[in-house]
Amino acid sequence: MKKTMYEKIWDAHLVHEQEGETPLLYVDRHLMHEVTSPQAFEGLKVNNRPVHNPKSILATMDHCVPTKNRDQPIQDPIAKKQIETMADNCRTHNLNLYDMENKFNGVIHIVVPEHGFVHPGMVVVCGDSHTATHGAFGALAFGIGTSEVEHVLSTQTLQQKKAKTMLIQVNGELKSGITAKDIALAVVGQIGTAGGTGYVIEFAGSAVKSLSMEARMTLCNMAIEGGARAGLIAPDETTFEYLQGKEFAPQTEDWEKAVAYWKTFTSDEGVQYDQTVILKAGEIAPQVTWGTSPDQVTAVDQLVPAPEDFDDPNLKQNCEEALAYMGLKGKVKITDIPIDIVFLGSCTNGRIEDFRAAAALIKGKKVHENVVAIAVPGSYPVKEQAEREGLDKIFLEAGWEWREPGCSMCLAMNGDELSEGQRCASTSNRNFEGRQGKGGRTHLVSPAMAAAASVEGKFVDIRNWN
Amino acid sequence: MEVYKKHESVVALLNRINVDTDQIIAKQFLKRVERTGFGVHLFHDWRYNEDGSEKSDFELNEPAYAGASILVTGDNFGCGSSREHAPWAIKDYGFNTIISTSFADIFFSNCFKNGILPIKVNEEELAALMQEIEGNKGVKFTIDLKQQEISTPGGIKIQFETDAFRKTSLLEGLDDISWTLQHSDKIKAFEEKQKQELPWLWK
Ligand code: SF4
Repeated sequence: MKKTMYEKIWDAHLVHEQEGETPLLYVDRHLMHEVTSPQAFEGLKVNNRPVHNPKSILATMDHCVPTKNRDQPIQDPIAKKQIETMADNCRTHNLNLYDMENKFNGVIHIVVPEHGFVHPGMVVVCGDSHTATHGAFGALAFGIGTSEVEHVLSTQTLQQKKAKTMLIQVNGELKSGITAKDIALAVVGQIGTAGGTGYVIEFAGSAVKSLSMEARMTLCNMAIEGGARAGLIAPDETTFEYLQGKEFAPQTEDWEKAVAYWKTFTSDEGVQYDQTVILKAGEIAPQVTWGTSPDQVTAVDQLVPAPEDFDDPNLKQNCEEALAYMGLKGKVKITDIPIDIVFLGSCTNGRIEDFRAAAALIKGKKVHENVVAIAVPGSYPVKEQAEREGLDKIFLEAGWEWREPGCSMCLAMNGDELSEGQRCASTSNRNFEGRQGKGGRTHLVSPAMAAAASVEGKFVDIRNWN
Repeated sequence: MEVYKKHESVVALLNRINVDTDQIIAKQFLKRVERTGFGVHLFHDWRYNEDGSEKSDFELNEPAYAGASILVTGDNFGCGSSREHAPWAIKDYGFNTIISTSFADIFFSNCFKNGILPIKVNEEELAALMQEIEGNKGVKFTIDLKQQEISTPGGIKIQFETDAFRKTSLLEGLDDISWTLQHSDKIKAFEEKQKQELPWLWK
């Protein structure tokens, strides 16, 4: 029988299956951060259970960590407690933790690939919905709740139901300046935030194949914004090349065998998916969200929709509420929307290529007088690489702030946040009400679009800007 | 885990779609290291004024809904972040049943792990339930998980689907981890095989 790559990974990890019971799936890698783990460790303690395989775990601190004055104690006492609890738990159970002082510290989904911790064909979980990022390696990677974190800690397995499969094929070539972020937003715009519910998405097609490893991570990262548990991209030479030589990648003596094994995790030719969506890469323009849900998105050269543009009464009402929250009127040009803040970072767009793309656009220019722009590298290795390339100077000379790594303004738990009514061009992944600060207004864009907006003080079409 | 019993309760109506977990429990409350105490923060931004008083125009502040353990709400409930603090807050507030046309995946499975029954109904059924609540605020519905049935004083009877395994777990208050640990042998065997075939994963 022909199988999709999802089904192959599933079959390779099935520990137990019986009529009337939820199947048990083996988990190879477990990623952790400070926010969703404390209650799971508490559960272990109460029930006197050990961690099944400490070596399967990589942990970091990212959500609550400050991006400035890192040498000073954390101000917020509850954040401080969370950080300390994480450190205690990792010490007690002997887990590999890149804490705030560690030179590898950063956002979990940036850190993990940097060390080659996830390989094709693995099952990977984390108490974090953007675990989908690691699907870029052809691993089945998805977010779980804290009770499930506890379950994986104690049993190395998860009770899982099999998902349906969706193929999203992006054919042709992307136009210059169009990035994986634009593909991701265009996909979410097309399928909606619930379109992928119950599915695992496989991204394929020539435009996806030609993406770099980092760009693939950006694309898979946002599969969850389309409601899908996971996104997958078939492993290929790009994947193998990225992994080779990394700390947790198979070493020389195992390499050939590992690659041969990884190559088996591609979908069989002609296999049936439960649903197929086809996009033409050449038609994707730079995307900008205008509302409070990632599917409320349009091309930069378009107008903000008005409630009357929607027939469905629910969508009409959604549009009305979103515009009210966003302080926007329908029919306004996207390029006429002024912005106050620019945020470059997050697990979606906090990698070195993102900083290169933004730096290339702002080099020799100045941040608009009404704008505050902050660059937050996804990890210390990203930060150091950028500094080696002199990118920090380009940002600083243009008037940007150059910060320490962390989730920062992606979810504004560490004090980096928008104030009421402030409007942000953000390279993160969610534009929900209050996500970046109470009353803050978020427009999701690519790093290049964010960079150009920092100079102009409003959105510009980067296809004809410089 | 608490046993899920057949019960009759006041029903609260939150007629909104795409309610995301950031709204259910805002990030400023995620820093607790315990599982409890989240209920007072449920729907914080919608529920409270700047000064901490309750907003009179927020649906759940409706006095007739006091003590409700059943929540009826719109499509795609619980989307966004995977935070389990969302079902913790819902449970801590007092809800043990949520009725909607659809739920986000992670939220849906998180509910069962916390003794909350999420029930999927179709659009017409949801509309009928909403209509009955709106016409009679404070109305009590009965949820019978054993029979998989919602019944209302207005005469609506809905048979809902539910996964047999999850149903048993809720009805018996079973803990997932103990269930899985019965299969320890199989987990061990899987690992032994992986060590043989994919040795680099264990170095
Ligand atoms: S950067 Fe944002 S989306 Fe990514 S892990 Fe941190 S908070 Fe979550």
